[in-house]
Amino acid sequence: MSHHDRQSEPLVQITHPGVGEDSTGGRKSRRLEACATPEAGANAGKQYWRGLEELAETPEFLQFLQREFPQQASEWNDPVGRRMFLRLMAASLGLAGLGGCSTQPAEHIVPYVKQPEETIPGKPLFFATAMTLSGVATGLLARSNEGRPTKIEGNARHPGSLGATDSFCQAAILELYDPDRSQAIRYRGEISSWSSFLAEARSALEAAGSRQGAGLRLLTETVVSPTLADQIQALLKTYPTAKWHQYDPIHRDSARRAAAMVFGRPVNTIFHFDRADRILSLDADFLSGGPGTLQYVRQFAGRRRVEGDNKMNRLYAVECTATLTGAAADHRLAVAPSEMEEIARLFAAALGSAGAAKETPPSANRHARWIQTAAEDLAKHPGSSLVVAGDQQPPIIHALAHMMNQRLNSVGATVTVTDPVEASPIDQIESLGELSAAMEAGQVELLVMLGGNPVYNTPADLKFGERLGKVTLRIHLSQYHDETSELCHWHIPQVHFLESWSDTRAFNGMFSVVQPLIEPLYGGRSAHQMVAFLAGQAERSDYEIVRDYWKKQWSVSGDTFERRWRQAVHDGIVESRTGFQPVGPSTAQKESTGQAAGATAAVSPPKQSASPSPSSGFEIVFRPDPTIYDGRFANNGWLQELPKPLTKLTWDNAAMISPASAERLGLSNRLGGRGGEYIVDVVELEAGGRKLRAPVWILAGQPDNCVTIHLGYGRRRAGRVGNGAGFNAYLLQTSDSPWSISGASVRKTGETFRLASTQVHQSMEGRDLVRSQTLNEYQQQGSQPAGSAHASGQHDSLYPPVDYPGYAWGMAVDLNTCIGCSGCVVACQSENNIPIVGKEQVARSREMHWLRIDRYYEGPPDNPSVAFQPVLCMHCENAPCEVVCPVAATVHSAEGLNDMVYNRCVGTRYCSHNCPYKVRRFNFLLYSDWETPSLKLMRNPEVTVRSRGVMEKCSYCVQRIASARIESEKDGRRIRDGEIVTACQAACPAEAIVFGDINDPNSRVAKLKAGSRNYSLLDELNVRPRTTYLAAVRNPNPDLETG
Amino acid sequence: MQEPSGDQRQPPVIEPGHTFGTITEKIGSIVLTRRTPPAWFFGFALSFGIMMVGLYAIGYLLIRGVGIWGENIPVGWAFDIINFVWWIGIGHAGTLISAILLLLRQDWRTSINRFAEAMTLFAVACAALYPVLHLGRPWLAYWLFPYPNTMGMWPQFRSPLIWDVFAVSTYATVSLLFWFVGLIPDLATLRDRARSRFGRVVYGIFAMGWRGSARHWHRYEIAYLLLAGLATPLVVSVHTVVSLDFAASIVPGWHATMFPPYFVAGAIYSGFAMVMTLAIPLRYAYGLQDFITMRHLHNMAKVMLATGLIVAYGYMMEVFMGWYSGNPYEEYLVLNRMRGPYAPLYWALIGCNVLTPQLLWFRRVRDNVVLLFVLSIVVNVGMWLERFVIIVTSLHRDFLPSSWGMFTPTVWDWATFVGTIGLFLSLLFLFIRFLPMISIFEMRTILPQAEVDGHAPEGD
Repeated sequence: MSHHDRQSEPLVQITHPGVGEDSTGGRKSRRLEACATPEAGANAGKQYWRGLEELAETPEFLQFLQREFPQQASEWNDPVGRRMFLRLMAASLGLAGLGGCSTQPAEHIVPYVKQPEETIPGKPLFFATAMTLSGVATGLLARSNEGRPTKIEGNARHPGSLGATDSFCQAAILELYDPDRSQAIRYRGEISSWSSFLAEARSALEAAGSRQGAGLRLLTETVVSPTLADQIQALLKTYPTAKWHQYDPIHRDSARRAAAMVFGRPVNTIFHFDRADRILSLDADFLSGGPGTLQYVRQFAGRRRVEGDNKMNRLYAVECTATLTGAAADHRLAVAPSEMEEIARLFAAALGSAGAAKETPPSANRHARWIQTAAEDLAKHPGSSLVVAGDQQPPIIHALAHMMNQRLNSVGATVTVTDPVEASPIDQIESLGELSAAMEAGQVELLVMLGGNPVYNTPADLKFGERLGKVTLRIHLSQYHDETSELCHWHIPQVHFLESWSDTRAFNGMFSVVQPLIEPLYGGRSAHQMVAFLAGQAERSDYEIVRDYWKKQWSVSGDTFERRWRQAVHDGIVESRTGFQPVGPSTAQKESTGQAAGATAAVSPPKQSASPSPSSGFEIVFRPDPTIYDGRFANNGWLQELPKPLTKLTWDNAAMISPASAERLGLSNRLGGRGGEYIVDVVELEAGGRKLRAPVWILAGQPDNCVTIHLGYGRRRAGRVGNGAGFNAYLLQTSDSPWSISGASVRKTGETFRLASTQVHQSMEGRDLVRSQTLNEYQQQGSQPAGSAHASGQHDSLYPPVDYPGYAWGMAVDLNTCIGCSGCVVACQSENNIPIVGKEQVARSREMHWLRIDRYYEGPPDNPSVAFQPVLCMHCENAPCEVVCPVAATVHSAEGLNDMVYNRCVGTRYCSHNCPYKVRRFNFLLYSDWETPSLKLMRNPEVTVRSRGVMEKCSYCVQRIASARIESEKDGRRIRDGEIVTACQAACPAEAIVFGDINDPNSRVAKLKAGSRNYSLLDELNVRPRTTYLAAVRNPNPDLETG
Repeated sequence: MQEPSGDQRQPPVIEPGHTFGTITEKIGSIVLTRRTPPAWFFGFALSFGIMMVGLYAIGYLLIRGVGIWGENIPVGWAFDIINFVWWIGIGHAGTLISAILLLLRQDWRTSINRFAEAMTLFAVACAALYPVLHLGRPWLAYWLFPYPNTMGMWPQFRSPLIWDVFAVSTYATVSLLFWFVGLIPDLATLRDRARSRFGRVVYGIFAMGWRGSARHWHRYEIAYLLLAGLATPLVVSVHTVVSLDFAASIVPGWHATMFPPYFVAGAIYSGFAMVMTLAIPLRYAYGLQDFITMRHLHNMAKVMLATGLIVAYGYMMEVFMGWYSGNPYEEYLVLNRMRGPYAPLYWALIGCNVLTPQLLWFRRVRDNVVLLFVLSIVVNVGMWLERFVIIVTSLHRDFLPSSWGMFTPTVWDWATFVGTIGLFLSLLFLFIRFLPMISIFEMRTILPQAEVDGHAPEGD
C-alpha cells in the first residue's frame, strides 16, 4: 500500500456531494483537488514523475520505493524473541515511569514590578462599599487579599451598619464568586455578543423613539441610587411616553400608602429605639429585617443592658407569625392577620388616639386585658414610647401606628419622619399591575428589566410570565440566567456590587458610593451602563457615570471634587448637603397636624364594621425567607445552609402551623432516624383557587389557624445550589393582598417529606443551660451570681492549676442582647473557609458551622418564651477533648486556646464525643470544594482549607490574634483591648459577643466576666470554659405576669 | 474416669470406646483423608462471597471517606466501634478457655480450646480492622504507634485509644503464639500422616522439627504453661482497656467505674456464646459428638449463665447509679435508654442478655442442643445490642439538647459488618479444613489409657 492511496481517500470524501455545501467546505475541496496525486490524477491526464529513475522504472528505484530506509542503514530484522520482548517491555516500563519526571508546564511567577499603591503582599486591605437590598443600603468594608475580596465587614461610619453586618451582606462574597452566575450575553438562550445586542436593541429603541417612547417600559427593583435615578429620569425625558416601573417582592407599599393617608405624601419613618422605654410592635420584625435593622438592633440591645444606670426597655409584640422580634419581646401576642386591625384599633382606643374601634366593646376581644395593660404602660411613658407597624401589615395598621405615636408624643422623640429614601417612591404592586395589564393589552413593545426576577417573584394573579410573552422585545439584565432570563430574548449578565461603581442610600437617607473590589469576574454590565445605552449615550464606564453625577451634584470640580470624592469613597458615606436631609421633627409635626383632620378620617373605622368574622378557613401569611430573602439568594449555599433562626431548618421552606392547628388537622413532625432530619406531613394549601403542596412545620408560637410560608424557594433556575429546594410560595400570592390571604384551606395529603434541621430537640429538659431572670429578680439579687442555686465557681482538680502569664483569651456572650439573627454564623463561615455540606448531609447532622445558635423553647407551645444561645468552642482550660486525642492533634496553647492541628488529625472523632458542648465538626467526606477555580479565589488565605477526615472547630479566629500580635510586637507593646475582633463579634449588630484578654482586668471581656450575670455553661463539669455567658434578663410587666 | 463421683448424671468429656488411634484417625482424617464435604465448599463460597461484599464496602470507604456510614455529630462512633467491641468480646473465650481453664486444670477444655483459640484469632482480626477503618484518614493509622519519626511526635499517651492499640496488638500477638505453640505437636502428627508431599512439606515447616522426644514435650509443656500465664492477665486487660475508651470519657453512660469488670464479663459471655454457636454445628457436621460431648455444652452453658448474671448485675447498677448519682444527665440517660427512640433496642437487649439466658438454669434446657444453639445466637445478638446501646444511646443525647441527634446505619455500615462476619467465617472454614480443629494430642491425654502409665490425676 503506498502513500498515494491513503492520501487520496480524504479527497474522495471531501468532494462527495453534500459535504462541501457551505462556502468554506467548497473552497476546501477545490484546494485539495488542485493538489491531486499522480495516481488519482492518472485517468485525468498528465502524469508527473519525480525523477528520471522513476520514469525509467529501474529496479533500484523500485527497491527504493519499497524500502523504508536507505541501503546503508542497518535494519533490525531480528524476529522479536522472548528475551528481546521482555527487555523491550522492561525498558518501556522504565521509560514510562520516567515520563512522570518530565518537566512541568512552565508557570510564570510575576512579581509586582510596580507595587500597587498601599499593597503589601500578604496584608489585606479594606475598602468601603455598600450593599443595597430592596432599596436600603448597608455600608460595608470589604477585605481584599491581593486584589481578591475575601470577607465583608460592616462599615462603622455607615448608619445602616455601625460596623455590624447581617447574613446577606456576609454571604455577598459567595455570591460574587458563585460559579453559576451568568457569564455570557444570551439571545434566546444561545450565547451571543454585546454588539449583536446593540444592533437589535438600537433598532427597537429607534422604533420606540419614533413613538415618543410609547411601548417602552423599564422595570427595575426599588431604585435608591441617585445616579441611576438621574439617568432614568433623563431617559424618560428622551422618551416621554415611556414608563418606569419598580417592583421589589419585599416591598413597603403599606407604609407608603399609610404615609399618603396620614401625611398626604410619601415619607420615610426612622425609629430611635435608643430613646424608647416602651415599644409596641404591631407585627414589625424590626430586629431581623427591613430598613435600618442593624442600627435598630444596636439601639434596642443598648437598652436591654442592665448594668450601670441603664434603664431597661420593655417590648410588647403583637405578631402574625413567630419572629425574632417576638422572641425578644417581654410580652408577645400571636394573632391572626385578620385580628390585627381590631387589636390596633383597641390600642388606639386605649391610648385615646384616632381610629379607635367604636363598634366592638373592648372587652369582647379575648386579648382585651393584655391590650389594656400594654397601652397603659405605653401611655405612662409619653415621649419615650414607640409604636412600630410591620411592613407586611396593611396600610391601616401603619396609619394607626402613626396616629398612636402622635398621641404618645413620640414623633420627634422616638420617631422621625423624613423625606423618602427612594428616588421615586411609588406603589410597587400597583406599578407592576399596570405593567402586567399593559403587557396583556399588547401595549409593550420593548421591556427592559434591570435586575429582578419578575417571572418568578411576582404574585401569581398577575401572570407575569405568561404575559411577558406578548412583549415584542424583552431584555433582562440579571446576575443569573434565571426564570425571567429564560423567557427573554436578551439576557445580559449583570455585574455584582463588588464589581462595579454605583451609589446608594441608607435607611435614613445617607448616601454612599459603592466601590468595586475587583474587575468583573464573568464580564457583565451594570444598570448604569444599560440605562446609558438606552439613553443613546456612548459606551461609558460606571465609574464615569457615577462620578459625573456627583460632580454635577456638588457643582465643584478639580481638586475640590477629587478631595471630596476620595473622602466619600474612602469613608463609604457622603457627608453632604444633598445627602442627608431629614424632615425635622417640627416639620413632621406640623405636617401631620395639618393633615390631622384628613388622617383621622382616613383611619377611622368603616361605618359598616366588617368585623372580622372568624373565617372558617385558614389564613396564609407570606414572609421573606430569613436566609434566602425573596429568592435572590437561593443559589447561595451559605444562606441555604444557614439554619433559619427559629425553625433551624435548612435548604427548605415549610408551611408553618401552630401546634393546636396541627393537632386538629392530624399533622405531625416526626423525628427521622438520620440525625438532623424530620419527617413531616405534606399539606395542600388552597387559596383563591390556587393550590400548593408544602411540607408542614409545627412552629411553637404560631397563631392558630394561620399558616406562614416563606417566599424565595421553589426556584427552577437558581443554579446548582438552589434549584429544586423548597416550594414556591409566590404561586399563592395575590397582588391585592400580597402578605396574607384569608379563607384558605389546608388539607393533609398523606404524603411525607424530609426536612433537614440542625436542631432536633427544642427543650432544655430542665437543664441549666440558658439562664434568664426578670429585671426584678436581677435587681433584688444584687451582686449574687446568676442562678445562684447552681453554685458557680472553680472546682477542685487533681492537676495543678496552669498559669497563663501572657495573654489569656476569653469571650463573653451576652444572652440578654443576642437576638438569634445568625449573622455571626455566616461571618464565621466566611472568615474560616467553612464548607457547606448540602441538605442530605445536614439531614445526617453533619453541618460544619463552627458557631451555631441554639434555640430553646420554654412554656406553653402556643406562645412559648424563646431563648437563643450562640455556642462555639469554649476553649476550656481543662479541655476534655485534648486528653483523648491519640495523636495530640488538639492541644492547648500558652494563651489558653484549644488549638486544632489539622495535619496531625487522623479523625478518630473521640474529641467530639468528649466535648460536652459538641462544637467540634468533622469532615466526614470531602466537603470543601477543591476544584472550582472561582471558589479558590474566595477563600481566606489565612485559614487552612480542610480536607476529608479531619476534625475542625472554632479557633477564636486565631489568625486575627496572630496578626494583632505581629502588629503589637512591631510596636513593642501589648495587644490593646478591642484590637482583636473575632469574625462573629464583628458581625454582631447587638454587640453581644465580646472577646479579649481576661488577664487584663480592664478589658471589656474581663469586666463582663466579673459581672453577676456571668456563668459558665455546664459549669459542673469543671472544664473551665473560656467562653462564658451573661444571663438573659427579661423585663415583664408585673401587671401582666399573672395572666 | 473424669466422672466426679458426686454427680452421676454428668456426661463424660469423651465418649467411651476411643483409643489413641481412633482419636488421631477421627480428627486427623478431617484434614487429611476424608473427602471435603460439599457443604464445606458451599459454606466457604458463601462466606467468601460475604467477605467480598465487605471488601467492596471497605474499598468504597477508603475512596469516599467515613461519611458513607451513618455516623454524624453527635454519634461519631457507631457500627465501627460497636463491631470492634463485639468482635474483641467474642475473641475473649478462646484465651479464657485455653489459658485460664488450663491453669485451673479444667480438662474438659481440651476438646474445644483449639477452635476457640482459632475463633479468637479470627475475631481479633475482624476487630482490628475497625479501629483503622473508622479513622477519618485511615492511611495515617500508623501515627497511633510510637515509632521514631521526623515529626518528633509521640502518640498522646493519655488517650485511651493509645492504650487500646497496645492492648489489642499484645492480645493478638499472644493469642497467635499460644494457638501456634499448641498446634505444633498436632502439626507434626499431620506431617507424619499426610499423604501428599505438599502436605508433608507444609505441615513439616510449621511443625518446626517436632519429633515428640521427651525433651520436646518438656519444653513444650513449659512454654505452653508460660504462655498461658502470660495470656491470663490479657483476658482481663484487653476488655478492661477497651472499656476505658468509654469509661475515661465524660459522656454520660460511658463515664462509669463499673465498666472494666462489666465489659470483661460481657466479653466472656459473648465469647462462650460464640464458641457454642460454632461448636454445635461442627460436632454434627463432622460427627464429633464423641469429643465435644454434652458435658462441654453443659459447662459452657453454665459459664454463660454465670457471666450473664454478672452482666445483668451491670445493667442493674447502671440503672441504680442513674438514680443514686443524682446526676441529671445520668438520670436522663437511663430514662432515655428505656423510653427514648432506641428503647426497643434496649428492651431487646434485656430480653436477649438477661431474660432468655435464665432458661439455662434448667437442666432440660441445657440438655437440648437445638435450644442451646438458639440461646447462643440470642446472646450473640444481645451482646451486639449491648454495645449499640452503650455507644449510640449514650452519644446521641448527651449534655446539650440542642446537639442531640439520631443514628441510622447505612447500607455501607451493614456491608462492612457483614463483610467482617464473612471474613471470620472464611477463615474458620479454612481452619477446619486445613488444621485439626480439636487438639489431637491433648485429647489423647484424657483417654483412660493415658492415665495408666502417667502421673496420677486423682487429685482433681
